[in-house]
Amino acid sequence: MQKDTAIQVEKLHKSYGKLTAVQDISFSVRKNEIFGIVGPNGAGKTTTIECLEGLRSPDKGLVRVLGLDPQKNRRSLHERIGVQLQESRIASQIKVWEVLDLYTALYSRTVDYKDLLEKLQLSQVRSRFYSRLSGGQKQRLFIALSLINDPEIVFFDELTTGLDPQARRVIWDLVREVNESGKTVVLTTHFMEEAERLCDRVLIMDHGRIITLDSPENLVKKLGAEHKIIFSIKGRVQIESFNELATVEKVSVFRDKVTISGKDQRLLADVVNHLIERRIPYYDLQTQQPNLDDVFISLTGKEIRK
Amino acid sequence: MRSLLKLTWVEAKLFFREPQALFFTLIFPLILLFVYGGVYGNKSNPMFGGFGMVDVSVPSYTAMIIATSGLISISVIVATYREAKILRRFKATPLSPLHLLTADVIVIFFMTAVGMMLLVVVAKLVFGLRFFGNALSFAGAFVISCASFFSLGFILCGLIRTARTAQIVSMALFFPMILLSGATIPIETMPEYIRNYARFIPLTYVVKLLKGFWFGDSWSQHQTELVVLTVMFVVGLLITAKTFRWE
Repeated sequence: MQKDTAIQVEKLHKSYGKLTAVQDISFSVRKNEIFGIVGPNGAGKTTTIECLEGLRSPDKGLVRVLGLDPQKNRRSLHERIGVQLQESRIASQIKVWEVLDLYTALYSRTVDYKDLLEKLQLSQVRSRFYSRLSGGQKQRLFIALSLINDPEIVFFDELTTGLDPQARRVIWDLVREVNESGKTVVLTTHFMEEAERLCDRVLIMDHGRIITLDSPENLVKKLGAEHKIIFSIKGRVQIESFNELATVEKVSVFRDKVTISGKDQRLLADVVNHLIERRIPYYDLQTQQPNLDDVFISLTGKEIRK
Repeated sequence: MRSLLKLTWVEAKLFFREPQALFFTLIFPLILLFVYGGVYGNKSNPMFGGFGMVDVSVPSYTAMIIATSGLISISVIVATYREAKILRRFKATPLSPLHLLTADVIVIFFMTAVGMMLLVVVAKLVFGLRFFGNALSFAGAFVISCASFFSLGFILCGLIRTARTAQIVSMALFFPMILLSGATIPIETMPEYIRNYARFIPLTYVVKLLKGFWFGDSWSQHQTELVVLTVMFVVGLLITAKTFRWE
């Protein structure tokens, strides 16, 4: 295991009875990166992450987290990692500060939970029962619990599922902060946008297998999909001249709407320059860039099942 | 050790915030005491061997509190933990989930004892309760009964998956048991054929044992009860070890 490797997985295999959840997957996670595992429900994301956390025992294969075997060295591993579980709850009649105080007693090395309350904006609800928290507050509490032992790696399983867009953005900022404080983050999600915005590298899986693994930028680049620029024009305007630009591959007009497409990332700059140089009056300019959603659809041939 | 202490403290607080368990452990026995004590008083009665209604009822109600703890509290708490994946969350910490169950057993045992003491104190102050036995022997019988019934509760935990089912099943077992074993209605007042059925109800043995020690019986007089309760305890542990699942 190399020095900058946080997690190493080789030929991990896990099945439940006849159902194969994960089939011989291998990958590694570098220290201090945000590593995303993406895929539709039932792809094997949770099984994979729970094998890393030591909550499930693999049927076959090798798993090393911080150089430890999660099955054999479970206790010492749990001192050093933080975990947020999918769909886990805590007793509904427990208060926020009580659960943090309790978890403080479970680890040999901890941070002051009052700082965590502050950082996760939970100070004002510290005496509230868990059952009275909003969805976003609950997830922030789970983040706090996962950070209480100042872990080296934090695992987030479907952290933002069920949250509204605002709460989701707050959580994204928190995940970035956690990462910037020097912790490796491994997260699963079925939101492509989340993976694209947060992750340094993304592992896309389906049916228990790895489909691809790379940075979001590279995945999109490798897809070679088209960028589109759409704008509206008034009156009669010469638009054929766009074809002279090297990066433009196709120009089409529908009523007053012009769509220009091409694969080169410089397309936008070229088109806008052209509009200004020729003094073409335009309005409502929009761009459409390929994103991870497109990557996913092109690799699996289907929309992500939500 | 620090974690077990903290856990026990938190579980104790949670117990006090759970109205159902609290009601059956602390309040319901007092209601029965006031109803029966109010109607019959605690005068000597030949039907109860010359003792008063309250004298006979207090050890019986103690048996009922033990049944509450074993059948209802344990099964509902564990099923809830499992359903909400609370045990699973603890599994992701250095803590052994076994510690969580230990903390719960400590708290439930403690609350059972509190329920009994509350009952004894109120019965003494209001109805002049009398105790004829040896306090240490009675405490021993109390512990054996708890062990036996908690073990029974864990069998339910192994068989039941959800908190809702745990509620229903434990109640369905609890009520016939407390009504027919003599834990609430004195067995002496029941017709012959019900007394025959009572032999098959585990709680009957707790009632007999506690009543016996309340009135000063010796250990040798209650071998049957001690054997039955010990067997229940051991069998319960074995079944639990086989069927219990953390999730």
